[in-house]
Amino acid sequence: MVESIITFRNVTKKYKDTVILENINFELKKGRFYTLLGPSGCGKTTTLSLIAGFTDESSGDILMNGQKINHIPANKRKINTVFQDYALFPHLNVFDNIAFGLKIKKKSKNEINEKVTEALKMVRLPGFGDREISEMSGGQKQRVAIARALVNEPEVLLLDEPLSALDMKLRKEMQYELRELQKRLGITFIFVTHDQEEALAMSDEIFVMNHGEIIQRGTPTAIYDEPLNKFVADFIGESNIIEGTMIADGKVKFVGKTFECVDGGMNANELIEVVLRPEDIEVTESQKGKVVGTVISQLFRGVHYEIVCTDIDGNEWKIRSTKKVEVGASVGLNFEPEAIHIMRANESEAEFYQRLEKYQGS
Amino acid sequence: MKTRGLYFSSYVLWLIFFVLAPVALILYQSFIGINGHFTIDNYENFFKVSAYLQMTFNSVLYAALITLITLLVSYPTAYFLTKTKYKQLWLMLVILPTWINILLKAYAFIGIFSQSGPANNFLEWIGLGSHQLLFTNASFMLVAAYIQLPFMILPIFNAIDDLDESLINVSHDLGANGFQTFWNVTFPLTLNGIKSGVQVVFIPSLSLFMLTRLIGGNKVITLGTAIEENFLVTQDWGMGSTIGVILIVTMILIMFLTGEKKRRRR
Repeated sequence: MVESIITFRNVTKKYKDTVILENINFELKKGRFYTLLGPSGCGKTTTLSLIAGFTDESSGDILMNGQKINHIPANKRKINTVFQDYALFPHLNVFDNIAFGLKIKKKSKNEINEKVTEALKMVRLPGFGDREISEMSGGQKQRVAIARALVNEPEVLLLDEPLSALDMKLRKEMQYELRELQKRLGITFIFVTHDQEEALAMSDEIFVMNHGEIIQRGTPTAIYDEPLNKFVADFIGESNIIEGTMIADGKVKFVGKTFECVDGGMNANELIEVVLRPEDIEVTESQKGKVVGTVISQLFRGVHYEIVCTDIDGNEWKIRSTKKVEVGASVGLNFEPEAIHIMRANESEAEFYQRLEKYQGS
Repeated sequence: MKTRGLYFSSYVLWLIFFVLAPVALILYQSFIGINGHFTIDNYENFFKVSAYLQMTFNSVLYAALITLITLLVSYPTAYFLTKTKYKQLWLMLVILPTWINILLKAYAFIGIFSQSGPANNFLEWIGLGSHQLLFTNASFMLVAAYIQLPFMILPIFNAIDDLDESLINVSHDLGANGFQTFWNVTFPLTLNGIKSGVQVVFIPSLSLFMLTRLIGGNKVITLGTAIEENFLVTQDWGMGSTIGVILIVTMILIMFLTGEKKRRRR
């Protein structure tokens, strides 16, 4: 059993009359990589500020290593933050930026020198100590900000959308590096992002947030494969969402046909929504498909084609395929029973996992 | 292109007639002796006569003191103004007195500091008795500082207000308490605001002459007073101009010294 490091108990944050966080509960384990994922304004950055101690909660408790830290100011918490805009001190050079925390703690000159040099090496910027901040590129500033936080040896590192200002290629590179760094150092990372790909690529566990609530939590694969509701399905990757009826366990009816599926535990004839991921749908000849559709558009995306079809009922289908099709052609759409994900209306996260366990366990 | 030149010409004309020409005239006058001939006697006199050197020293000393007092009051004021809820309104109230003519403000202070004025009434009421407040160096500096205050608060306010909030958060995040954050982050990053404040206050303070007479009772003779005397009383325009030139040079020097310098590299 891994020890928990940060715990939120019924934490609510209000600003005047606006509720920013509504009754948040979670327990984070030591040495793991967590991601808070959600659209802007969902409360993910506020959650981070609460952990760092920049803002006070309106009610509830925040615990670190089992101790209440509600009233401990930010400078006394063994937590460091990497800010979205890096927030490097413009009047200090790279060395002094990284040494800031150590100097405040009145460490000896030798120790500071040693640790800063080591930190610079860790973020692959050896010998950059004398540079001014204005002379550094975006990616380099990012690394300095990470080094400045890590040199204080925090137990938890908070990262507030640290990669959003970088270009695509650099961002991908930094994703690998951050994940690598976290594994190597073994400290808890709490990463905030609105980029679902980033979240899926790096995290041990993802918390999907919206309107100040945690909608769903789980490993990247669990969240991707079994989205709890339309919001999560839409937010985590693209999806086809179709209304349907649950005939019985393992049998679902949509687009006027009954299909085999692997979901169950619902009432008979319950109205549900079906999620089909675009990459789970295969394009074949029209006679062989479970559903027949007409191609209305095709976009070349490099690795794959993005195809949009309509079926006879007028439903739109997004498909990702490596095979090229003709626009206007009639094609068959095929998918495995495992590709059909069922979502119930208004099901809470707890109910969802309970049902999943019950059905799959039986 | 033509119309742009036309718009620009008005500014150029202004610059020629009201900036360059007067300075050139002063420079020319400063080389004209009391008997109307071209000479450098005026400059020689300035550096030989101890009274002039004393005046220069006084001017710089009092300007420095006024600037220091203004700075000590302004920085905390500006700091707390940025933290208030309606900061723009408060700032407006700070700036408001600059709309009143300096002479009116000086006369108001004559009333306040006079023998039977409110300041002395207050001193008597708390049992300290009546004192001669007007025509002292202290009252001169106080009024001068009061008049310069808005010009110091404004640039410092802007500098503190522009300070990135996340830099303060980072500082706390890295373990610094309130004072350490102020000393290591806020202060060095608002130094430019202080510099421009010092410039706007120190330079005009060098040549104050109205206040030295009305409030200071001419006990302190600054270069400003000397210029006025030379032009209006002794009618020695050459000497007045010489002091003017020296003041201008001093100002340029100070602007150069307090101006933005490229940060040295280690």
